Amino acid sequence: MRRWKNVWRFLPLLAVMALTLTGCGNEQLSALLPQGEGARMQFNLMMLSLYIMIGVFIVVAIIYTVVLLKFRRRKGDNEIPEQTEGNVTLEILWTTIPIILLLILAVPTVMTTFALDPDEEKIPKDAIRVNVTAHQYWWEFEYPDLEVKTSQDLYMPAGEKVYFNLKSKDVIHSFWVPAIGGKMDTNTATENLMWLKADEAGTYFGKCAELCGPSHALMDFKVIVKDKKDFMAWADKMKAAKGEPEGDLAAQGQEIFQANCIGCHAIGNEGSNVGPNLTSFGDRTTIAGILEHNEENLKKWIKNPQDIKTGNNMPQFGKQLSDDELDALAEYLMGLKVDGE
Amino acid sequence: MSAHAQKKKNPIWDWLTTVDHKKIGILYLATGAFFFLLGGLEAILIRIQLLYPENNFVGAQTFNELLTMHGTTMIFLAAMPLVFGFFNAIVPLQIGARDVAFPFVNSLGYWLFTAGGIMLNLGWFLGGSPDAGWTGYAPLSTTSPGNGVDFYVLGLQISGIGTLIGGINFLVTIVNMRAPGMTFMRMPLFTWTTFITSGLILFAFPALTIGLALLMLDRLFGTQFFAAEAGGNPIIYEHLFWIFGHPEVYILILPAFGIFSEVIPVMAKKRLFGYSAMVFATALIGFLGFMVWVHHMFTVGLGPIANSIFAVATMLIAVPTGVKIFNWLFTMWGGKVVFTTANLWAVGFIPSFVLGGMTGVMLSVPPADYQYHDSYFVVAHFHYVIVGGVVFGLFAGMYYWWPKIFGRMLNETLGKIHFWLFFIGFHLTFFPQHFLGLMGMPRRVYTYLSGQELETANFVSSIGAFLMGVATIVMLWNIIQTSVAGKKASNDPWDARTLEWAISSPPPEYNFAQTPLVRGLDAFWLEKRAGNKTMTPAEPLDDIHMPDSSILPFMMAVGLFIAALSAIYSSWAIAIGGLVLTFAMMFLRSVIDYHGYHIHKEDLPSEGVDGK
Ligand code: HEC
Ligand SMILES: [Cu+2]
Ligand SMILES: [Cu+2]
Repeated sequence: MRRWKNVWRFLPLLAVMALTLTGCGNEQLSALLPQGEGARMQFNLMMLSLYIMIGVFIVVAIIYTVVLLKFRRRKGDNEIPEQTEGNVTLEILWTTIPIILLLILAVPTVMTTFALDPDEEKIPKDAIRVNVTAHQYWWEFEYPDLEVKTSQDLYMPAGEKVYFNLKSKDVIHSFWVPAIGGKMDTNTATENLMWLKADEAGTYFGKCAELCGPSHALMDFKVIVKDKKDFMAWADKMKAAKGEPEGDLAAQGQEIFQANCIGCHAIGNEGSNVGPNLTSFGDRTTIAGILEHNEENLKKWIKNPQDIKTGNNMPQFGKQLSDDELDALAEYLMGLKVDGE
Repeated sequence: MSAHAQKKKNPIWDWLTTVDHKKIGILYLATGAFFFLLGGLEAILIRIQLLYPENNFVGAQTFNELLTMHGTTMIFLAAMPLVFGFFNAIVPLQIGARDVAFPFVNSLGYWLFTAGGIMLNLGWFLGGSPDAGWTGYAPLSTTSPGNGVDFYVLGLQISGIGTLIGGINFLVTIVNMRAPGMTFMRMPLFTWTTFITSGLILFAFPALTIGLALLMLDRLFGTQFFAAEAGGNPIIYEHLFWIFGHPEVYILILPAFGIFSEVIPVMAKKRLFGYSAMVFATALIGFLGFMVWVHHMFTVGLGPIANSIFAVATMLIAVPTGVKIFNWLFTMWGGKVVFTTANLWAVGFIPSFVLGGMTGVMLSVPPADYQYHDSYFVVAHFHYVIVGGVVFGLFAGMYYWWPKIFGRMLNETLGKIHFWLFFIGFHLTFFPQHFLGLMGMPRRVYTYLSGQELETANFVSSIGAFLMGVATIVMLWNIIQTSVAGKKASNDPWDARTLEWAISSPPPEYNFAQTPLVRGLDAFWLEKRAGNKTMTPAEPLDDIHMPDSSILPFMMAVGLFIAALSAIYSSWAIAIGGLVLTFAMMFLRSVIDYHGYHIHKEDLPSEGVDGK
């Protein structure tokens, strides 16, 4: 009997643990603080299934506790208990009740599964669409109707469904925005379609959820939700942006960029998409999705990207470029602002 | 040859050539335990790396190798052989047989498994381990540089063949070798789960074999099955992997269910409640296990129809699983439960596994899974199922059958310390991970950034893992200490119910001097209640025919090992040499006559089946 006191000593520990943990996380990231229609539908189903399951757990816990307290062998009791074979009524009971509970869960599950799946034919003509291309280890966002391309930062309007065409350039990744509406894989051979609808303007975190190589953990992106009007204004400015340098140093930086970087990076309509589009690099909140956005870090990145993201596809420029050239490059890139202040 | 001549063999030669199921069982258990420790070490390194945000204990590449090898090792090289260890050590005894149906194949299965296990781990010494996750999804696996993934592909292929033939062996054994009177519905539950598990192996492993073969062709022979740019499609690999992968979960958990179904009735001194419901539930779980693999692929984009069908099928599995939980509870209800260490694992299993089952049902809901999938929520879920279910089951089996297998008792006090440390550490590690996933932490990340409120839960989780590490050290100490100075075990230390307890601990090489007559479920218990000390024999005492031991299985495995290793390095001549070696051994096996040998009845003890 004494030994079982341990169990009760252990319970408060569990309670404390649960309490400290149920602060539901960061509101830009957590699926427990849904801020979009999809995330809310998903959250509601989570809660429904959780409540049903907690109900089942309580029943099990009660029987379990009674068994442990009441049917332990006492010292010196050598009597042999009755060898019951079973009980058909009970078996039927604990087969049918769970089936009913699961039906209660299954109906909204199927309905929501269909509701979350966009029907290509029913997508409104003027809906904002984004082609998402995942690369090891960065994200490319193309707005075909708006003729705009960005990378790393996904801009979208608040309060309306935005439709995403997902695919990958290299290995399978998974496009995940927990706070707004779940995830979907980006495959190599087929395209996927999903929608997101954010409640309000704000910045949210997105992540890659499928193991895609050494820097999988660092394949983060941002979702910047704006009111529709602001979003359209941003898109117009993006479309017009040419990446003109401001000042002499920046102009020098532009030349260096043209000589070294344009083969992989695009600014405005010029350049290639082996690496992220840098048209609005000055507006980013991070460098490469993870570093704080400042000149220091930018130079660090250009010098040796492998130190920061193992296995990514940008070569090291530490040996090729002098400190002065790096300063010029940084001045140019940090000045590539589209969004205003 | 007489029995005495057999005993003078060199012990190393003896273990390499043995075809005795009890010795092969011990080999499986020892090898599985070794890999369990290795996989545990990898887990500890993983948790050290994740102790703090942006930690730099191991690099990104090493971390991916660790997580891949941790998963692969724990599933294929620890849990599988430990399960097979108990199949071998116990099932022939439980059905009153002298050995398995094909002792030679049994030994071959073990050596193939071991060759594959070594192959998988060679990467640590030969420039890089597999790094594409235990699932080995293409095209990450097909494009992964170096030889790491080759070790994965060929190592798993070889050990998979071992598992497959092992499964076939147990199917045949259980169908053909049961003692007189042991009808199917008198078989102990552990034998039942072994039977159904073997069936699952038979149908599930070929899917893995094909998936791995295609990976091998893509990696070593330049085919493009999974290369989208050449018209291939990696989703095919995902299907093949999970058509195997989901039943694999049941291949591991059903034997654990079997173990609990042995331990709980014995420790409650009561017959298993609802025996036929338990058998039926096991079969149903096995069947439904093949109908649900897409729940691992809800986010792949297979469409709402596929997702809905597989969602409902997945929910259904909860029903027979729930039936089992309630039957275990009602086995104890009205019983006189003693809390031996073996039973502590069984009793600790129930709430832990119910939690894993709860999250399992939650995961079956596709829209919610769009959040859970590939997040730490899933990591928490499957560790609740596999540690809280399978590992607890293996530990229960270990404390329960150790005396029978090794003839010595484990220390109960140390056993209980082991249990409590492990139990607390387990929940401390994995409970917070549910929240980590929901708060936005993807799985398989080598680090996480600070400022996203993921720090506390990760820290707690790592502390829990260290606690499980300490628990494991206590277990090792228990094993070492009792094997030096442990109490000798009697035939039947737990007052148990099934046939294995009717013979000496450890059993003699022929198991039963006379095949026992089975008069009902819980055959030995029935005899004890009827006042008999031993089983009633079903045959007169006679000479016992024993199979010859053989080095051929070992050599066949060596041949395949050489072939695979040289193929990885494109040394085709040596690779063919390895295959030739294997086929030559198979040829020898076909042409040499094996007569076996007899243990003469004069050398047998005369007290009936109690083989002393
Ligand atoms: C061989 C192609 C290649 C070249 C040449 C190249 N880059 Fe990159 N760059 C990349 C790739 C790929 C990434 C994305 C890395 C990642 O996050 O995984 C990247 C990322 C970046 C980023 C971070 C972008 C963001 O959105 O946060 C910056 C800034 C950058 N490169 C600057 C440069 C500069 C400056 C040069 C020329 C000196 C250059 N790159 C040359 C391929 C290249
Ligand atoms: Cu990734
Ligand atoms: Cu599954």
